Amino acid sequence: MTGTFASVVRRDLLLAARQRSDVANTLLFFLVVVTMVPLGVGPEINTLRTIAPGVVWVAALLAAILSLNRLFAADFADGTLEQMVLSGEPLPVVVLAKALAHWLTTGLPITVMAVLLGVMFDLPRDAIGVLVVSLMLGTPALSLIGAVGAALTLGLRGGGVLITLLVLPLYVPVLIFGAGAVEAVAGGLVPRGQLLLLGALSIGATVLAPWAIAAALRISLE
Amino acid sequence: MSLSAPALAGAVPVIWQAARAGAGRYTARLLRPPFRLAATSFGPMLETIDLECQRGERLLFAALAFTVEAGHCLHVAGENGAGKTSLLRILCGLLAPTHGEVRWDGADIRRLREDYWQTLAYVGHLNGVKDDLTALENVRFAAALAGHPAGEDVARHALSAIGLGGFETSQARFLSQGQRRRIALARLFLARAAKLWILDEPFTALDVRGVAALSTLIGEQLERGGIVVLTTHQEVPLPGRVKRLDLHAKAVHA
Repeated sequence: MTGTFASVVRRDLLLAARQRSDVANTLLFFLVVVTMVPLGVGPEINTLRTIAPGVVWVAALLAAILSLNRLFAADFADGTLEQMVLSGEPLPVVVLAKALAHWLTTGLPITVMAVLLGVMFDLPRDAIGVLVVSLMLGTPALSLIGAVGAALTLGLRGGGVLITLLVLPLYVPVLIFGAGAVEAVAGGLVPRGQLLLLGALSIGATVLAPWAIAAALRISLE
Repeated sequence: MSLSAPALAGAVPVIWQAARAGAGRYTARLLRPPFRLAATSFGPMLETIDLECQRGERLLFAALAFTVEAGHCLHVAGENGAGKTSLLRILCGLLAPTHGEVRWDGADIRRLREDYWQTLAYVGHLNGVKDDLTALENVRFAAALAGHPAGEDVARHALSAIGLGGFETSQARFLSQGQRRRIALARLFLARAAKLWILDEPFTALDVRGVAALSTLIGEQLERGGIVVLTTHQEVPLPGRVKRLDLHAKAVHA
């Protein structure tokens, strides 16, 4: 079981390394969206400092959504997904591996890039630290919840828009606690509660989402 | 709202029985492996019972019942749209039949699930080959996914046996259609432990030598006491004991 898990993660990372533009597009999108905001809002530093956590988190959600389409689509089109369903290993284990690989290629780089963006918005150092920790704790939930949407919309026409409508509302708690943690620390509070809740969301998603994803994939393959 | 004591007392045996029935089903599940081992000593058997498949408005087949014993090959024949692929997908458990069930060793495959899929190797219309991976990486990943990881030597051997020697490190995107098909079929070399092979049009895009190599492979599987279910439109001499199932004859219009 661990062997299959590891080989799926390794394969997805290898594929991401061979299709670097896919991964780079997502990250550039994240960067560009965040950079657009000061251009639209104006260069008032206090305003930017206030909205920075929300902006970074919303951009992270959108970047995650953008990358979800390629999570199962290629495997579905070339028949690898059928092989995964028939692999003899529990399907939730396989999809958990795919979600982990997705997080390693989107959530993790976004978290790292957030340091740079925090500096760009002139956030205080402790706020940058909390922003990074909140993204680190919250982005796994984005990958897992998003994967449920990706599995449900697999093979549908216009799946790209549908997935956004389906998944974005489910991201609301992650957004609230993620941005809330950074705002709390900016307001001089300890963001312990928000961070614990983010961690709980990710752990809950890790436990429950693989079963939902597996069930949705089986339906999509019929 | 009030519950009288007698009513509560009456409910207790009911709950107790329900719990016992549930536990009984659970222990039956736990006890299943030894019984199945006893059954396998006669060789595995694939059987369908009163199978019916409806796709959209069309009834593809109904009341389909057959058995395939160990060491036999089932050749599913029929014209385009007769439901060959649907039948194969039902046999795999990828598609749920509208009625009836498929049994492996006497047990419903929808209950066996992973236990069944461990004994199954399926090569469908789609090759399951990644364009961005090399032939070797594709074979090794497929083997690991199927639960029997193959070392590099074994994977190389499988590729050369199916006639892809020298292409191990080529990315699949640069290979021809027939060569990709061979990558998919190389899985079968590594799937000797799989008792049941389900092959959908395995001979498509293969040249004469590829066809011969695959026929040999199928022959070996049957000699080992395995089962092969396949569809093909080509007139390929299949080795061993072949049963033919003509879906066209079974086509019934609703």
